[in-house]
Amino acid sequence: MTTLLTVVAFGTAFWLVVVGAYGILRSDDLVHAVVSLSVAQSGTYILLLAVGYQRDATIPILGAGGAGSTPIVDPVVQAMTLTDVVVSATVTALLLALTVQIAKRHGTVDPDALRELRG
Amino acid sequence: MTTLSPVGVVAGPIVVAALLLVCGRWLPRPVVDGVAILTTAAVGVSGAFLTPGAVTAGGWPAGVGIPLVVDGASRVLVTLVGTLATVALLFSWRYFSDVEAHFQGLVLLFVAGLGGFALSGDLFDMLVFFELMGACGFALAAYKIEEARSLQGGLTFGIVNSLGAYLTLCGIGLLYARTGTLGLAPLGAAHLPADTATVAAFVLVSTGWLVKAAVVPFHFWLADAHAVAPTPVCVLFSGVMAPLGVYGLARVHAVVFGALDVTVALTVLGLVTAVLGAVMCVLQRNVKRLLAYSTIAHIGTFVVAVAVSSPEASAGWLTDVVGHAGVKGALFLLVGVLLARHGSVDEIELGGSCRRSRGIAALMALGGLALAGLPPFGSALGKGLIEQAVPVPVAVVLTLVAVLTGAAVLRVALRLVGIGPLPADRADDVRTTGEGEERETRRLERLPVTMLAGPVLLLGGSLAVGLLTPGVLGAAGTALVDGAGYRDLVLGGVPPTTPPAEVAWSASGLVVGTAAAVVAVLLALGAVYAGRLPTVLRRRVPRQNRAVLGLERLHSGHVGDYVAWVFVGITALGALVLLG
Amino acid sequence: MSPRVRLVLFLLGAAGFLTTGVLAVLGAPPVGTDVHPYRDAAVAGALAHATANVVSTVNYDQRALDTLGEETILLASVTAAVALLRPADDERVDVPPPDVVRSRSPATRLAGWLLLPATLLVGLDVVLHGHLTPGGGFQGGVVLATAVHLLYLAGSFAALERLRPRRWAPVAEPVGALGFVGLGVAGSVAGVGFLGGVLPFGTLGDPLSSPTVILLNVAVGIGVGFGLVVLVAQFLRQEVLVR
Repeated sequence: MTTLLTVVAFGTAFWLVVVGAYGILRSDDLVHAVVSLSVAQSGTYILLLAVGYQRDATIPILGAGGAGSTPIVDPVVQAMTLTDVVVSATVTALLLALTVQIAKRHGTVDPDALRELRG
Repeated sequence: MTTLSPVGVVAGPIVVAALLLVCGRWLPRPVVDGVAILTTAAVGVSGAFLTPGAVTAGGWPAGVGIPLVVDGASRVLVTLVGTLATVALLFSWRYFSDVEAHFQGLVLLFVAGLGGFALSGDLFDMLVFFELMGACGFALAAYKIEEARSLQGGLTFGIVNSLGAYLTLCGIGLLYARTGTLGLAPLGAAHLPADTATVAAFVLVSTGWLVKAAVVPFHFWLADAHAVAPTPVCVLFSGVMAPLGVYGLARVHAVVFGALDVTVALTVLGLVTAVLGAVMCVLQRNVKRLLAYSTIAHIGTFVVAVAVSSPEASAGWLTDVVGHAGVKGALFLLVGVLLARHGSVDEIELGGSCRRSRGIAALMALGGLALAGLPPFGSALGKGLIEQAVPVPVAVVLTLVAVLTGAAVLRVALRLVGIGPLPADRADDVRTTGEGEERETRRLERLPVTMLAGPVLLLGGSLAVGLLTPGVLGAAGTALVDGAGYRDLVLGGVPPTTPPAEVAWSASGLVVGTAAAVVAVLLALGAVYAGRLPTVLRRRVPRQNRAVLGLERLHSGHVGDYVAWVFVGITALGALVLLG
Repeated sequence: MSPRVRLVLFLLGAAGFLTTGVLAVLGAPPVGTDVHPYRDAAVAGALAHATANVVSTVNYDQRALDTLGEETILLASVTAAVALLRPADDERVDVPPPDVVRSRSPATRLAGWLLLPATLLVGLDVVLHGHLTPGGGFQGGVVLATAVHLLYLAGSFAALERLRPRRWAPVAEPVGALGFVGLGVAGSVAGVGFLGGVLPFGTLGDPLSSPTVILLNVAVGIGVGFGLVVLVAQFLRQEVLVR
């Protein structure tokens, strides 16, 4: 059972990272590429939360059933995930702002058609 | 006050940036510039006065709270960050005449990120500051929104760096699962065994640092971003941001993964990086791109020194980082001056443009000689120390690499004053030219003194490092490889007692360095006059051979390619560590 | 590289990455185990500082330096978005189009106006109770910023422009970061360490317990709320006005 959980949780996490990267690789639209990057990042959320999980533990709020004998799941990875989510959101905004300008200056958002930098 | 100081390095620039962003609209431009410059200068000066020790935020014990750790290495890096940022802001005194303080604000936040990364003693916190560097970095790289290629370079930088950060986060998460801690010192105290799981964690955690350091094959974004960023930003990118990636690698390896032997793996990666950087550097005609590849070549040298992980090698590469930052910063600023005067950064277009202002070309030639290894520049001192610490064949390769990067810059300097015929100005689809680069200022007939002061100061700084051979660099080198000392400092509050590595000139270093500089001059003259060689000789000079062309084609500017290479890099590093 | 070569290269690399990942997982305990040393330390810290939401005590107390970095990333990103989405030298900014309020259906407008006060309240609630229940400055700030943009849904772009968020929000946003660092320095001055709890902690579960965490949440709420308003305003302006 524990093995199954481990395989599913980490399997999903790594799958999301790889499939997100694959999305960037095969992208024909920068907006799609930026969203793919977020997909890759969501793999790290799953990974972190899986690391902090404890069987039969409750939410990390003291006094909500967690202060007494019931253990709580690891709050540290949840805090890390929160930080990670905010970073992802702001970085996505920034990359999309760049994409807006690229659309104007290059006349395209297809990575295959961006040919300004090479060699 | 001493407890405040490492916090001030991070919090100070953030406060000033926030204040400037609030009031910048109503403040006269010189006030905004002045305040920003004073702040970065204060960061630089404070670096020298930070007392070794660890300050944990909120007064929590190490292991719960996040310590900011001051030791020899972080002091040197903080000083370097502050100094380079000051020169960069001085240079941009007349830059970007928009009314608000966005540029200065972003540079200050960037400084906070760089400083925080150098000081943080917690793996996840390092990643947060890494992301802060990244966010400021790619915004600054794309700051010239009128320019198509600068936007593309910024986006590529953003995507590849973020991906690297996420892969590092995977590694941090798995390391946390295993040890239950995030602090560098507590992780070190867990004494991870040298098994495959540790290797895997090392590889994943290092990915982000390797991307930032631009180690082959994680390096592709760097040339794109450096070539397009505003000149003062290039100074920070090349001088300190990329070396901080190497610092992250060295620090995390020494403190957390000390049990792993990564000598072979990092030597191989470093040598490949150095050679590829040097070859690509020689091929460029966009001078900014040329300097960017030269940075990659030098990063390779640093990584080789990290592989050795002896105090001497460590002191050598940190000395080289400081010396190289001065020289490379000066060179970028000189290109900025050329861009301001002539509206181009293309070697062929700029040919002969400095016939009347030979000072600029002379400074550039001096920079080229320093890169090649001419004593008594700091870069030469560091290189000499590294070459003594590595096996002879490796040292020979590193010397040749330095000669090539120096020769490429000298070639540009010779062409600037009109020496030698210019090659035909062929546009080709393999290479980025330096034409059509947007000016960063209004056209300047007379150079403001702040613009020329920058390169002179930076070259002077590099000279000073070589002449003074400061002992702090030796202490920094020792501190960086001393994982146990770091743990004692953070967990026990005991400063290490290991004697600092010696930073001094050796006879062989002086001879090899001087010889390298002479060879670089000859090579540059050869390159400039290649068209005038007798036909018999010319036939022996390979023109564009297939391998070189293939190498250039690999640097395609396509973000998908770069992503694929990141994963190949992880595989390669893992295989090298396991087999090595 | 051709797409095929790129794909092959990536598949090789991804296989290596997956192998690395599996090797690292094998060294760690399985998912669901009850060994979490940092968790135990964090819970002890939360009890000592009377912060019922343990995630908040990690984010705003024990590892507050991470959150300072995060808040700074937000400040940098918003500044950068304003700088990057500025009208370029060769672009012009149109006058706002006439009010298109009529084109919205009355149902949309009604829903917008009804939701506006409710959303503002929820946002404030989430910010102010972050130390007790799930939530805090980041989550609440996002809700608050959404409220402002209900105005766009309920009214129009012109109505939003009349609020002129582009003028004041970029100035208000750094105040959040200033507040955060200010509280941090207050900790240093009070001798409890940078970003330490300056104010008395109170009783666990009390609405005004761990007041420093509440104040830090408010600072972050200000930063995030105004930051998002700026971001959306910049994107909308690009879309509607910049030619």
